Amino acid sequence: MVVNGEYVVREVEARLLLVHFLRDVLGLTGTHWGCDTSNCGSCVILMDDEPVKSCTVLTAMAGGHEIRTVESLEVDGELDTVQRGFMACHGLQCGFCTPGMLMSARALLDANPDPSDHEIREAISGQICRCTGYASIVRSIRWAAEQERARGEMP
Amino acid sequence: MTVLDDNRGPMGHGRMLRKEDRRFVRGLGRFTDDLQLPGMLHCAILRSPVAHARIVHIDTTAAQMHPKVKAVVTGAMLAERGLAWMPTLSGDHQAVLATDKVRFQGQEVAFVVAEDRYAARDALELIEVEYDVLEPVVDVRRALDPDAPVIRDDVGKVDNHCFDWETGDAAATQAVFDHAEVTVTQEIIFPRVHPAPLETCAAVADFDRVEQRLTLHATTQAPHAHRTLYAMFAGLPEHKIRVISPDIGGGFGNKVPIYPGYVCAIVGSMVTGKPVKWTEDRTENLTAGAFARDYVMTGEIAATREGRILAVRSHVLADHGAFNGAAAPRKFPGGFFGVFTGSYDLEAAYCSMTAVHTTKAPGGVAYSCSFRIAEAVYLVERMVDILADELGIDPVELRRRNFIRPDQFPYQSKTGWLYDSGDYEATLDEALRIAGYAELRREQAERRARGELMGIGVSFFTEAVGAGPRKDMDMAGLGMADGCELTIHPTGKAVVRLAVQTQGQGHETTFAQMVAEEIGIHPDDIEVVHGDTELTPYGLGTYGSRSTPVSGAAAVLVTRKVRDKARLIAAHLLEVDPDELAWTKGRFDVRGVPGVGITIQEIARAAYGADALPAGMEPGLAGQLTYDPQNLTYPYGAYVCVVDIDSGTAQVRVRRFIAVDDCGTRINEMIVEGQIHGGLTDGVGMALMEYIGFDSDGNCLGGSLMDYLIPTAREVPDWETGATYTPSPHHPIGAKGVGESATVGSPPAVVNAVVDALEPFGVRHADMPLTPSRVWEAMRGRAVPPW
Repeated sequence: MVVNGEYVVREVEARLLLVHFLRDVLGLTGTHWGCDTSNCGSCVILMDDEPVKSCTVLTAMAGGHEIRTVESLEVDGELDTVQRGFMACHGLQCGFCTPGMLMSARALLDANPDPSDHEIREAISGQICRCTGYASIVRSIRWAAEQERARGEMP
Repeated sequence: MTVLDDNRGPMGHGRMLRKEDRRFVRGLGRFTDDLQLPGMLHCAILRSPVAHARIVHIDTTAAQMHPKVKAVVTGAMLAERGLAWMPTLSGDHQAVLATDKVRFQGQEVAFVVAEDRYAARDALELIEVEYDVLEPVVDVRRALDPDAPVIRDDVGKVDNHCFDWETGDAAATQAVFDHAEVTVTQEIIFPRVHPAPLETCAAVADFDRVEQRLTLHATTQAPHAHRTLYAMFAGLPEHKIRVISPDIGGGFGNKVPIYPGYVCAIVGSMVTGKPVKWTEDRTENLTAGAFARDYVMTGEIAATREGRILAVRSHVLADHGAFNGAAAPRKFPGGFFGVFTGSYDLEAAYCSMTAVHTTKAPGGVAYSCSFRIAEAVYLVERMVDILADELGIDPVELRRRNFIRPDQFPYQSKTGWLYDSGDYEATLDEALRIAGYAELRREQAERRARGELMGIGVSFFTEAVGAGPRKDMDMAGLGMADGCELTIHPTGKAVVRLAVQTQGQGHETTFAQMVAEEIGIHPDDIEVVHGDTELTPYGLGTYGSRSTPVSGAAAVLVTRKVRDKARLIAAHLLEVDPDELAWTKGRFDVRGVPGVGITIQEIARAAYGADALPAGMEPGLAGQLTYDPQNLTYPYGAYVCVVDIDSGTAQVRVRRFIAVDDCGTRINEMIVEGQIHGGLTDGVGMALMEYIGFDSDGNCLGGSLMDYLIPTAREVPDWETGATYTPSPHHPIGAKGVGESATVGSPPAVVNAVVDALEPFGVRHADMPLTPSRVWEAMRGRAVPPW
């Protein structure tokens, strides 16, 4: 598979979950694990640009696919707009759900550059945050969308 | 530094953006399970599948034969080392691994240490345990029946009684009730819930056999207290123990106790000589980790017909589970439930409490509230609404008539609490203004006429946070004072070392702001160090909204102490009397001599330099102190909740939620608002969906996030917040603490709104969680307890 732009070839147990492969084998600990039952979304990554819960994907199933984790968002020392949005609008407190939220946010804005608040809430509704009460996450994603649109409109 | 809106609010640097965010948004947080040490092994715990049983036999042979297994440990093996039982935070003991009986489903029975996570789990399947199943005790009301099976035979108990406790004046209260014009009584249940932080509990223990040193990385809200408790019970010398609490993925009280899993990781490392990681899964967290609430309360209120509340009385039946692991100071076995008199000026009050054991997980931690205050506030705020219904008075008006008045502060409550400051009516008015209360009532009348179910709920809470004065408050015998150290380096940059540990509250930012405000060094030039017993002074940790009231005060006072020394150095350098110097943030100037002054950075350079200092003064610019608060602080707030109920499905939707909080001085409004948003979500969760239930066999029914429901972004509204500012008179900057206010204040607002919506059905009370099925039952006059 390709992980954050790099080819990765490993022999793994058939049952190894992708979240554990990313964390324990590749050392990409930005992707978190929180529930076992696909409810919390701490483990959301992008698989071929679609947000998926890596606790519910076997590593072997990810073979041949392109995986992006939170570690890929910063490019050449420049943070992604969604990362800056979460910092600007207090979209995180303990930071545990944040990587998953960021990946869902990135996927949302790639598909829909101008989401309504309702669409933002819908996009993160498969994820749990225990700290923020979501309002500031919604604000963070909206901030990122506005920044990206403003940038896109510049000549 | 980036600032959204600088200098709004009383503290400098106002809504400063958080310093800690830059690592979290990059996925570079340092959580316990992220840690990988060389040669590290993995621990997994075998747990009881049944609620109550005698252990007949454990066979670990097959597990030990597993090629990747390094150790298998049972309770019997721990007993040989004197480690089978550990003390709880309430003076009881709890089994690390069961030796005689299991007393709740999910109790720890054995553990395995293996080369990887999966192998450790595999090996658990190979352990055979023979159980002689006993009858469970599930219904708290039947726990004291003469024929109830006795759970705690380990301490020679003959029944399931845990403790009795009372507060207030029974006779005076009875006298008021005897002559009251109106009395109302209601049974009110605050069901068992769970803090369920998104990061489960975890530990990496690293025991150095040569130096006999233990380094424990663990998800703990109180690293220093844990170190002392490990030393006391495991016999390890305290100076050889280092507890590191790295980034924590939410605590909410769940990470206050010591769990058997931490001890298993320690023993595993001692046995194998390798670092051992233990990370619980979500089911372990929900079934065996510390629960919250679980009070069956009877509330009584006595009043005049005109709506003057005279007295409140309550009896509480408290379910403490198999072991009394409640986190509470020794003098307060019922926590701070004594503030159940709420925000009202009463003639008398009395509470009696009976705590019992059941075959459920131990705990009794505060889920984002100061010890048991969520329960107390819920009781009184529901009772006031029920009285309002009885008297036919608007619930807002009834509260207003009975508030403690501003001129009564400091106010001594009838249960002995000294409320520090408040102007309740101003805060209530602000909430009503934002809500448009009168307009909401008009809209409700119109909708009711059309058969729609709309409810408006109001609550007014007062919290008691910042435990606390050492003379009254402790955790497991440790006084609740906090140390703080400040060092200003020769180049004028500073390091502040805290005894408390953030779980998302933003200490790295707010403590830098507090120190910056006092010493005039920019917050970006102040490093906040916390969460490591080797790098920080002693203190009791972060819970009960105590960081700002206790450690915040320590940080401010130690900074002032350092500033006092800086003044002496400045006077010496400028060759004037210290009294001739005027302090403005960051510098001393000679009064009346424009242009003659010295900055804190220049003073720091001189303090470490080679030139003479004032006679007898130690070189350097640093200070240390320990702060023992003289009183708790009493933040408060007024909340308004608007709900709509679908009359076809009985689904409750929270349409609006207005929260006006007064937590005294705010250090960073942005962070305060964030804390309030989180607490409101907790409150909606508890009111509408969160519930740890049990079936009649003692099986936990809330053991995964498919069953233990937590609000997502779709179940909560866009919060509307407001503020009033009434400083605490005894805190050095007037701050009161706010982390848990919203969790305390919101459940009654939501339930009051739902009950208000159901008024056409004659519903006066319905117990949480107000799930569609339970609301449906209530609409049909069949309100039932949650179990």
